[in-house]
Amino acid sequence: MEIKKGIAVSPGISIAKSLIIDSEDYRIPRRSIHPSQRVAEVQRIRNAFKDAIGELTRLEAAQDPTEGGKIKDIFAVHLRFLHDRSMRKKMTDLVHAELVTAAYAVSSVLREIAQHLSKSQDAYISERAADIYDIERRLLKQLLGKKRQAVEHLTEEVVIVARELSPTETAGFNREFVKGIASDAGGRTSHAAIVARSLAIPAVVALEDFTACVNGGDTVIIDGNRGIVIVNPDDETLRQYEQYSREFVKLEHRLDAMRQEPAVTRDGTKITLLGNIEFPNEVDVVLQKGGDGIGLYRTEFLYLNTETEPTEQDHYDAYAQTVCGLAGKPIVIRTLDLGADKYTQSKRFVREPNPFLGLRSIRFCLQNLTMFKTQLRAILRVTVLGDVRIMFPLITNLHELMQAKMILRDVMEDLDEESIPYNRDVPIGIMIETPSAALTAYSLAMDCDFFSIGTNDLTQYTLAVDRGNELVSMLYSSADPAVLRLIRTVTQDAHKAQIPLSICGEMASEPEYVMLLLGMGVRTLSLSSPMIPEIKQVVRSVRLQDCNKVARKVLSMNSERQISAYLRNAATKILPEAF
Amino acid sequence: MQAGDSLENVVCEMELEIRNSDGLHMRPAMRFVDIANRFDSDITVSNGETNVDGKSIMQITMLAATFGTKLKIKAEGPDARAAVDALRELVEDKHFDEPTPNQ
Repeated sequence: MEIKKGIAVSPGISIAKSLIIDSEDYRIPRRSIHPSQRVAEVQRIRNAFKDAIGELTRLEAAQDPTEGGKIKDIFAVHLRFLHDRSMRKKMTDLVHAELVTAAYAVSSVLREIAQHLSKSQDAYISERAADIYDIERRLLKQLLGKKRQAVEHLTEEVVIVARELSPTETAGFNREFVKGIASDAGGRTSHAAIVARSLAIPAVVALEDFTACVNGGDTVIIDGNRGIVIVNPDDETLRQYEQYSREFVKLEHRLDAMRQEPAVTRDGTKITLLGNIEFPNEVDVVLQKGGDGIGLYRTEFLYLNTETEPTEQDHYDAYAQTVCGLAGKPIVIRTLDLGADKYTQSKRFVREPNPFLGLRSIRFCLQNLTMFKTQLRAILRVTVLGDVRIMFPLITNLHELMQAKMILRDVMEDLDEESIPYNRDVPIGIMIETPSAALTAYSLAMDCDFFSIGTNDLTQYTLAVDRGNELVSMLYSSADPAVLRLIRTVTQDAHKAQIPLSICGEMASEPEYVMLLLGMGVRTLSLSSPMIPEIKQVVRSVRLQDCNKVARKVLSMNSERQISAYLRNAATKILPEAF
Repeated sequence: MQAGDSLENVVCEMELEIRNSDGLHMRPAMRFVDIANRFDSDITVSNGETNVDGKSIMQITMLAATFGTKLKIKAEGPDARAAVDALRELVEDKHFDEPTPNQ
C-alpha cells in the first residue's frame, strides 16, 4: 500500500484499476507486467515496429530524391534500425526476462544506445544520439498513442493515471468508465482540473512522481475530497473507503434531489447561487445543479487551448453558445485574466521576476489594445442574445476602470459605425481582488454597475502569501481577520452605493463560510457548479438572524485560528453530514 | 588473409581502416549493413575488445568508429571472401563515397 498526497481538484471517491497513459515526451517509468501478459506485450512491440515501418516507408517515398536526398537518407537509416532484428530481439528479451511493459523495453533499449553514442568524443557521432531519440519517439507514439485512443473504447471502469492531461483529452473521457483521474502535474486552476470538476470525475493532481509508483492494473483509490491517492490499498483501508464512498454518493443524491428547491433561508431571504464556468458546455452542469445563472465566465481557455490567437469570431462563437445555453438567465463574462499563473502560448509574455505583481490581467489588456478590443467586440455582439454583463478583473484603481470603460466605449462606437447591434446599457462590473480596490470600493462603485469579490487573489494580496508556495501556504486563509474586514468594507460600500455584489472566489463554495458571508450582507454567491447543491442546502438550513450573529461575533475576533474553529463549529451544527 | 579448409564454410578475416572524415556515422553504417546483408556468411566486426554483428545497424552504430579506427572484419560462410572484399571496397577504396581529410 502506498499513499500519496496531491491537490484535490474535483470531489468524490473512486476505487478502480489504474490505466496509465504515459507521454512520449517524458521518461517512461519502469512498470511491471504479469507473466501472463508477456505474449501480448511482445506482440505490441511487433505491431509498433510494423506500424512505424509503414509510417516511415510512406514518409521516405514522399521525399523528393532530387533535393540532395539528405532527408530521404535519414528516413532510410531509421528504417534500417526498425528492420534490425537484433535490436528488436533485445526489446522482446527484456519483456520476457524482466517482465516490463513494451513501452519501457523499447525506451530503455534505445536510450541505452543513445547514451552510448552521446558519450563518443567525436562530435559527429555523438550527435547521432538525436536520431535514436527520434526512433524512440516514433515507436512510443505507436505504443502510447494506441493506448490513448483505447481510452475512448473502454469496457471496464478505470482510474486514469497520467503525467499530464490536456483539457481536450479530459473532456473526451467516457464518464461511464473513467471513474477518477490522478496526474503528476497540474494545479487547482489547471484546465484539466476544471474540466474534471465540471464532468464530476473525482481528481487529484500535482502528485509529482505518481506515474512512476503505479503499474497498470493496480487498484487505486482516488479521494478527490482530501487530495489523497492510495495504490494497492490493504483490506482495512479498502473497506473504509468503500463505506466512505457509499456515504458520499448518498449525500450527493440527496443534494441533487433538492435541485428544484429555491435557495431561501429559513426566515425567507432569497440567496442567488450562480456557477463559475470556463467552457461553454459547462452551462448544462450549472443548470442541472440548480444554478440561477453564471456569475463568472472565465475566457482564458480560448487562449490556452490553441497555438494561434483566437479571432473575434472564435470569441463570438464560444460566447454565443454559452449565452444561448442559458436561455435568458444572467451571465457575467470576465475579460481576459492572463498572466501570473496563466500564460498563453504566444511569446508576448516576458518572464517577470514577480508575475503576481506584474503585467497580468487588466494591466496586460490595457497594454495590448488590439487583443483587448477583439474580445470586447465579441462580448458586445453577444449582449443581444441574453442577459450579458461585462466584468473587468484585477482593477487596482479608479484610473484603470476609467481606461477600460473608455476602450469599451471606443469599441461601441466602432460597432455603431458598422451598424452592428449590441446592448448599449450592458452592465459593467469589476472584480475586487486587491486591497487597494477594497479600500477604495466606494469611489469605484460610483463608476461601475456591480462588484464581484475574488477572494482567492484578495486573500493572497492582503496576506502577501503565495499559496502555491508550500513554504508559506499555511499562512493563506480567507478567514484571516484582515481579509474579512476588507470583505466587510466592500459589502458595506456596495450597499451604500446601491450596486449589487457577489462573491466568486473559492470562499463561496466552502460551506463553513456561508453563514458568515450572509451575515456580512452578501446575497449572491458564484461557485463551482458541483458545489451548488451543498451550498444551497446550507442556505436553506440557516436563519439570517443567526448569520448576523455569527458575522458580528467573527468580526470581533482577531485570530484566524479562532475564527476558523468557530465557523467550522457553527456550520457542523447546521449540516453535520457535510463535514 | 587466411582461407578456411572447406568451400562451404570459409573463414575470411581482414583489418579495415576508416578513411572518411566523419567516421562510421549513420549513413555509412547503413551502407555497411546493406552490403553485409547481401551475403549469406556471418559477419563479425571488431573494434578492439568489442565484437558486433556486421548485419545489425544498431550494433555497427554502437562501435562509434571514427576516422582512423582500425576495424577487424571476420566473415564466416560460403561467400566469406566475396563479403570481405565488398566491404573492403566500400570502407577503404570508396570510403563510403564521403570526403576524406585530404580532399
